[in-house]
Amino acid sequence: MKKEKRIFGKLLMGAMLIFFYLPIVFMIIFSFNSGKSLTHFDGFSLRWYERMFNNREMMQSLYTTIIVAVIATAVSTVLGTVSAIGLSKSRRVIKDVAMQVNDFPIMNPEIVTAIGLMLLFITFHVEKGFMTMLLAHIAFCTPYVILSVMPKIRSLDPNLADAAMDLGATPVKALTSVIVPQIMPGVFSGALIAFTMSCDDFVISYFVTGRGVKNLSIMVYTMSKRVNPSINAISTIVVLIITLVLIIINVIPVIKEKREKKRNEKVIA
Amino acid sequence: MKTFSRLSIPYLIWLAMMVLLPMLLIAFYSVTDSGNGIISFTFTFDHFIKFFTDRDFLLILWRSLVIAVKTTVICVILGYPVAYFIANSSDRMRNGLILAITIPMWINMLVRTYAWIGILSEGGPLQSLLEMLGFGSHELMYTEGAVLLGMVYNFIPFMILQINTSLCKMDKSLIEASADLGADKVQTFMRVVFPLSLPGVVSGISLVFLPAVSSFFIPKLLGGGQFFLIGNVIENQFITVGEWNFGSAISMIMAVIMMCSMYLVRRLDSRTEGRVSGSRTLPGGRLAS
Repeated sequence: MKKEKRIFGKLLMGAMLIFFYLPIVFMIIFSFNSGKSLTHFDGFSLRWYERMFNNREMMQSLYTTIIVAVIATAVSTVLGTVSAIGLSKSRRVIKDVAMQVNDFPIMNPEIVTAIGLMLLFITFHVEKGFMTMLLAHIAFCTPYVILSVMPKIRSLDPNLADAAMDLGATPVKALTSVIVPQIMPGVFSGALIAFTMSCDDFVISYFVTGRGVKNLSIMVYTMSKRVNPSINAISTIVVLIITLVLIIINVIPVIKEKREKKRNEKVIA
Repeated sequence: MKTFSRLSIPYLIWLAMMVLLPMLLIAFYSVTDSGNGIISFTFTFDHFIKFFTDRDFLLILWRSLVIAVKTTVICVILGYPVAYFIANSSDRMRNGLILAITIPMWINMLVRTYAWIGILSEGGPLQSLLEMLGFGSHELMYTEGAVLLGMVYNFIPFMILQINTSLCKMDKSLIEASADLGADKVQTFMRVVFPLSLPGVVSGISLVFLPAVSSFFIPKLLGGGQFFLIGNVIENQFITVGEWNFGSAISMIMAVIMMCSMYLVRRLDSRTEGRVSGSRTLPGGRLAS
């Protein structure tokens, strides 16, 4: 009976994986189609890749996505980490209120956050474009960094900084060489979340952008009205980059572990 | 001590400027008349009245709620067994499967949704498959089914991961204890495993339902112009029509709906949480917390 259950589970799991990957595989295959059709494969060609590389708007959108993500991640990671440390030492009332407000962008539907920011920029006559998109990205990334750093700070000994300073460290030194190294895993995962959130964002970018500044999501959204296999091509490249990065992230610890094991074995021998 | 607390001041200002102020602006715009500056304005509830007296808007709101509920139910029914399967796999297999589920989540949502267009479009593989199986030729794109499919596709990973986490956190000795006390497999599942995994189901529901209600690019890409949801109405008001005040009012309504459902979910969560922690007071758990 148990075996039967596993078979049912395996079938369902398999179906689910097919469901997840089918559209992606389909898209990759059709990015090499020589015809314009999205349903009929006419033959292999790199025509759409050529089109993509020659399409300034597309390349620009890829560039915008990456630049915004990198800057937003850097700023929100630093801002989030420093603020989380500050908040943990603040008075309870301030901390609680700040954490409540910090939850707003996470809890709110994206479209509400997006409209709020759009109204903010319009009301204060900030011209919408690259800068507004960047500011908005920092605004919705930082809360995630704080959320991922906070538990790490809470698990620290509260007297750690004082101990460092008693031993003669300046406050800056205590911060950078005692506290931050301890909470690094939280900072790192916060940065990772910020980066993916920024790369993935459509709704907020869509409402706060202007003057033709587009990221990848906005480009796909505006171009998808007409059949355009170049979108398949650029998507395939995105999939390729992400898969590579993920494999590297997942493989490096395994290799490190193996090396360490080997070294330990040598030491023992 | 004091030196460090000062570090949070920039962020407190930032929160006030970039999070609180925008929310207040939405509230402000939703109760004022269009064309007024920030200095001269008149209060009005016309936008809310307009929304709640218009049959079309109410219908769209209803439709958004219904499709979000459908999405959530499908995600629970399909996601639970998958999460259960993953949780009961060997460690190596589990890590592999979780990675397999997370990889697509890293790919841009728009790109993933766009990828469905080819499969669903006329003369595409799914249509031919259905025809071959004798279901007849159906239009797949630009239907409610397509939108539902897109939503399940985008949001089900959240559900699977949440349920899987709560299943993995579960103390396995409870299952053995239940078996030792004479419960069969089904009884153990219904009375031990399932109740203990409810917190995961509940947080999965909030991660699926909330984005599903407000989603607007999935209905736009897969539903065409035929299938309007509340998110599309808001987009329309801001981008096409330029009626910010009315759009703000709809956003307010949506924010209130969200808050209510969050509150309900939280209450449900705390109830199940209480029940779970009651049966989880083990020395190990104490130490961990």
